[in-house]
Amino acid sequence: MTKSEESATTGADLLVKALIDEEVEVVFGYPGGAVLPIYDSLFKQNRLRHILVRHEQAAVHAAEGYARSTGKVGVVLVTSGPGATNAVTGLTDALMDSIPIVCLTGQVPTHLIGNDAFQEADTTGITRPCTKHNYLVKAVSDLARTVHEAFYVARSGRPGPVVIDLPKDVLMNKHEYTAPPKVAMTHKSYRPQTQPDPKKIEQAIEMIAKAKRPVFYAGGGIINAGPKASKLLTQFVHLTGYPITNTLMGLGAFPASDKQFLGMLGMHGTYEANLAMHGCDVMINIGARFDDRITGNLTKFSPGSKKIHVDIDPSSINKNVRVDLAIVGDAGIVLEELLKAWKAKQPKVDQKALKAWWAEIDGWRGRNCLAYTPSKQVIKPQYALERLYHHIKDKDHYITTEVGQHQMWAAQFLKFEQPNRWMTSGGLGTMGYGFPAALGVQIAHPEALVIDVAGEASILMNIQELSTAAQYRLPVKIFVLNNHYMGMVRQWQELLHGGRYSESYSESLPDFVKVADAFGAKGLRCDDPAKLDDTIKEMIELKHPVIVDVIVDEKENCFPMIPSGAAHNEMLLGPDDKQSAKVSEEGMVLV
Amino acid sequence: MSKDSAIVAHTISVLVANEPGILARVVGLFSGRGYNIESLTVAETNAKESQSRITIVTKGTPMIIEQIKAQLDRLVPVYRVRDLTVEGPHIERELALVKVKGVGEKRVEALRLADVFRAKVIDAKSDSFVFEVTGNTDKVQTFIGLMESLGLVDVVRTGIVAMSRGGEAL
Repeated sequence: MTKSEESATTGADLLVKALIDEEVEVVFGYPGGAVLPIYDSLFKQNRLRHILVRHEQAAVHAAEGYARSTGKVGVVLVTSGPGATNAVTGLTDALMDSIPIVCLTGQVPTHLIGNDAFQEADTTGITRPCTKHNYLVKAVSDLARTVHEAFYVARSGRPGPVVIDLPKDVLMNKHEYTAPPKVAMTHKSYRPQTQPDPKKIEQAIEMIAKAKRPVFYAGGGIINAGPKASKLLTQFVHLTGYPITNTLMGLGAFPASDKQFLGMLGMHGTYEANLAMHGCDVMINIGARFDDRITGNLTKFSPGSKKIHVDIDPSSINKNVRVDLAIVGDAGIVLEELLKAWKAKQPKVDQKALKAWWAEIDGWRGRNCLAYTPSKQVIKPQYALERLYHHIKDKDHYITTEVGQHQMWAAQFLKFEQPNRWMTSGGLGTMGYGFPAALGVQIAHPEALVIDVAGEASILMNIQELSTAAQYRLPVKIFVLNNHYMGMVRQWQELLHGGRYSESYSESLPDFVKVADAFGAKGLRCDDPAKLDDTIKEMIELKHPVIVDVIVDEKENCFPMIPSGAAHNEMLLGPDDKQSAKVSEEGMVLV
Repeated sequence: MSKDSAIVAHTISVLVANEPGILARVVGLFSGRGYNIESLTVAETNAKESQSRITIVTKGTPMIIEQIKAQLDRLVPVYRVRDLTVEGPHIERELALVKVKGVGEKRVEALRLADVFRAKVIDAKSDSFVFEVTGNTDKVQTFIGLMESLGLVDVVRTGIVAMSRGGEAL
């Protein structure tokens, strides 16, 4: 036996070794025929922890929750065929929200590929448009190197999901291990630009300093650039004295309690944030992508402003909105450079103009756009979230959400002081995201209070994960705002489709308390505003997974709202807003 | 039409790693994002480095063309993207095989026109020819057009390959 033959191990063992070398601690997965060799290797070691989910979609969302709350790469392991296809929603979600994921999929042996073998699917073909990159490993000699490259691609530049498709024979063949490169990895064709062009930093400083009605607009790119980027952003915003708004993905990038914070912007953003965007003369976009939920009607979007756009992805620049100054680079590095240049130059800001701008903004703030009509008879969803926030704000907490009205209310009424505390499906809008994501967060932060703010419809999309929560004793709290409707669908039907509530009523709902009980979790219910505080306190104190079924006002709508096709200054502020009749034909076509 | 909304054809040269699925990535990007492909050619151009060159002719507004280039550049196996249409003078060529069937006067006329267009006869039967014609798209198109009334039965075209003028590599 030669030396190299001696040190050769199976592909599955090489894979596990490569994962450990990539500092992976947890893998979210579900076994099956094609990945049996990997599960065998996992069984024989104790460095990697495997969390068994109950559906592969949940494995990806859990890995996303893990990744978003830690800044690390989330790792998923699923089998071939249905295992891989079930993961597709999660992968697409991670792609849209730029979450670093490495997803290992089993594949039929290489000699069977293309034969319509049992549990065969063209995984690289199916996942090509929903991953940042994907690999089919055809020889065990390529395996370890591919894994290291995949981690590099997933976490560098604009992060995203990467799939590695692993035929079963590759997992069983033997080869020597390839360690990750000792110096920083470089790729032959993939070279993301992280360092900004210094000339553009100069130009940006000049534009920012000359602004009379400026606004910062910061997004998920800040979160992805790490906690330091949030600190730098906060410093820069304080130094300038300018107002700032965050996107849904960017909540926590700037402390919500700060007086310079205008709240979230966009379709359900605050009046002051959207009007500041509409009326500004210089917009400083850092790590956001002018998504359609943010801009509303593009032709009327912030018509009078000069726009600066900082993004690590050159394809985000001038995609939806033409900007005046584009800076390609990592948000953290760009902010560091901006701060340095600002401090060196000490530019004179027009304080008089800034004061007038703040006075205008304070006028908009005075409209108190998140106000709602309180009730003693029925729990208002906004009230439920206000009370929830009251009880958790001093605790070490993380929030995930499903998708719909409850998600927007959570974004409006919960306040985020730090990055990585808020996990929500922004780009894809995946119902069923929040609960498995919360499981991933809880795995990463065992002592923290992790709450999934949910709707009664969304939670049913991945309710099976209660079994996972029970198995690993993950004390995740599911805070269901139960209005017996797919609320956002109902809201649009009310505003756009003449109140014809086609299929949006949540018929035949299960008894969530009994569901919790059946899965070995705890179930609580509350339908009385007077008892809500006690219920929330009980939920927090329970050391179990808990579902709280909060019965809320069925007819409450989420305001403010920019109807589709409308501009930032055409917001609907509440149910009595007279503009509600004016939704254009053009707007109805939009989603 | 304003400058921003004018739809213009661009010839884009893409240097890629010659690995499985690369063409699917490029084509999938165009179909998935609703971009047009007027012409696409691909072949390995550097066996030692395992690199291929893809030449794409696409149409769009300036904003769309800019997006197409940025999106192509974002693909992991893509080394370089160059817009030959905006980056100075370049040469474009395509090759077509044109099959013409006919006898008598038409056959003589086809042969005479082939000579004018410097098309080569690469197959001949008593009642048919296959011509090989090379040139820019206009020339190839014109030749095919002329053959239509002379018994054109079949055409294959390679699509455009293009290169910048002068001594610089891509």
